[in-house]
Order: sequence, then structure tokens, then C-alpha cells
Amino acid sequence: MADPTNDAMTDAMNGTLDRTRAADYPLRRREVVAALLADRGDMLVVAGLGAPVWDCTAVADHPLNFPLWGAMGGAAVMGLGLAMAQPDRRVLVITGDGEMLMGLGALSTIGAQRPDNLAIVVCDNERYGETGMQLTHTAGSLDLPAMALAAGFESAAGISSDNEFKAALPAIRSAHGPAFWCIKIRAENSPIGAMPPKDGVTLKDRFRAALLGAA
Amino acid sequence: MSTEWPEEAYRLLREGGVDQFAYVPDAGHQHLIDRSIADPEVHSIALTTEEEGVGMLAGAHLGGSRGVLLMQSSGVGNCINLLSLIRAGRFPFLTLISMRGDFGEGNPWQMPMGQSTQPVLEACDVICLRIDEPGEVARTIGAALTMAFQNEMPVAVLLGQKLLGAKKF
Repeated sequence: MADPTNDAMTDAMNGTLDRTRAADYPLRRREVVAALLADRGDMLVVAGLGAPVWDCTAVADHPLNFPLWGAMGGAAVMGLGLAMAQPDRRVLVITGDGEMLMGLGALSTIGAQRPDNLAIVVCDNERYGETGMQLTHTAGSLDLPAMALAAGFESAAGISSDNEFKAALPAIRSAHGPAFWCIKIRAENSPIGAMPPKDGVTLKDRFRAALLGAA
Repeated sequence: MSTEWPEEAYRLLREGGVDQFAYVPDAGHQHLIDRSIADPEVHSIALTTEEEGVGMLAGAHLGGSRGVLLMQSSGVGNCINLLSLIRAGRFPFLTLISMRGDFGEGNPWQMPMGQSTQPVLEACDVICLRIDEPGEVARTIGAALTMAFQNEMPVAVLLGQKLLGAKKF
């Protein structure tokens, strides 16, 4: 009964995940994050643990980044608390698919609060990158933007090509929130490169000093 | 349950600068939740799980705001890994916990987490201040506000079932 034109859907419906497709996705994580953070102005950034932290730090070890070294599942809600505390500043959460999946309830909490200044970007390689590139549920039929929309986000979209990404960049900076993008990126092992400070107190103090002034 | 001490608690939290009230509902927090919803000066945030509140309040502190997490003792277990963020970043953290599985509890399924609540919190370096009498509320919440926000420490105020009354189911 299998329809040869619809293998991926059939696999997904069978509960199987696609092990190969993400290796061919055209967008690359380092270029995507570099574009997200170019000319960032006074934007506040929370980076979910793992590769998004390395990607953000590869652009710059910026005091208004809060990179998470742990607390998996906490990036989006941290963005929510920050966005409510700073309603006049754009807050961008950059995280991975595995990190987002661990805190899916956050989508409904944010959808209920509807902060105008919060944007979430999931860099989705369909893998748990830090632990050996095991597949996440997004390698199947799971649709994160559909979940965000259903939860009450103002807008949510999937991005899989360079043209789509370039077209979305202005909205990622300024569209009314809460706004959500899931960017399909190539599954690849990037070198970690530069790391941000590991000390959480340093990260917190420098963020607050840059945002709020000297304590 | 009296609304006198919860009203006093709300006033103290507001005077202490708290303007983000995050919660997973419990009967013991009803008055505080209702007051936060009715107060146009604060954010009242219903959570799907308690750990969301831990991350959210760390974000609030990054942005210069103060918050409190209202939860039942059964929610403490959900918070454990996110409490690593509080400890690693030495974030201030204030939570008010309505106890189940405590004095006079009538539901045996509430006992394991209720009896584990304080040891689990202390294992995560959270200081526990317990209230069993209405007359202790103001002093204890005042102390907790000072310890959490002046010292940048995690503090839990445990509202015991002697204070709240025990459920029979």
C-alpha cells in the first residue's frame, strides 16, 4: 500500500524518523546565527545549551547574551521572564530542537502571556548534537511552528531555504510577538570554537551591568 | 481558610518589589493568585509545570524584575534540574510552597513528595523557612524577601498544613 511519492509521511505515520534528510538541508547553523545576530542593536539574547551557545559565541562573546550551560528546557521561559521585565527591548531566544522539546509547555505559557517583544528561533538539525547526534522527534512529523501557533503565538513559521531565511530576517527582529521560527539546518558536527565564560555569576552580572547599569 | 494572612503576604511581596507572580495553582495560594490577576501593576503567569517558573524568574532577574513562584510541595520535584541555573548563576529565587503530605494529610499518595520536599530543596541549596501559624507569616516572608533578593540566594517559604489545614482526600 505504500505510496512511493510519500515515503517520508508514511515513515512518520509509522512512528519512524528520517535518518538522512537533514544531512542535505541547505542552511548551515553558523551562517544562520551570524545573520540573526548581525547588527543586533540593543537586542537581548538567551541561548539554549549546546550548539546554539557555541554559534552565538562564534559571532561575539557579547554581554547581552545569556548562554545556558545547563538547565535544558529552560531557554524559552527565561526569555519570557526577561521579556516581561524589559517590555521595550527585543528579546531573542536562540535554541535547539532538543532543548525546545524538553520544555514544550513553555509554548503554551508564552502563548497565554503573549509578550509583544519575544521571538524564539529554533535551529532544528533534528538531532541531539551534544550527545552523539541521536535523532529528535522533529526528524519525524512533529511540527514545532504548528504547535506554537496552536498555543497562541502571534506568528510562527518554518524556514528551510536561504530565500525564506533572508525574507524572514526583518520579522525576526521586529515582528509583533510572541513570534516563533523553526529553521531547518544541516545536521553536521561543527567545531565548538570559542566558548563563553563558564561562570554563571559572571554571565549574570555582566548581562545586568550592560542592561541595567552598575549594580 | 483565612484571607487575612494571605492578604498580608501579598502586600509584603508587593512592597518587596515583586511584580512577576508565577504559579501552578493550589488551594493554599488561591488568594495570592486572585490578587495578582486583579492587580494591573503585576504579571500573573500560570505555568504548565513548576520548573518553567524557575527559568522564568531567572530571566526576570536578568531584566531587573523580582518574581515569586507559588507552587504546591508536589511541584518541587519538577524543579530540581532547573534549580541548577539558580545555583550556578547565584540568582535570587523566592518560592512560596503550600504543603501537602504534611501534618494531618489524608491522602497517602501525597506523603512521599510532601515528606521529601524540604530534604530535596536543601540538597539543591535552597534555604527553607517554615510557617505553621498565621502570626509567623509577616516576619517570615519579610525575612525571605531580604535573604533572597539582598543576598541573591534561593529561599523557599513552606506553608505547613497546620497553617493551611489538611485535606482529607
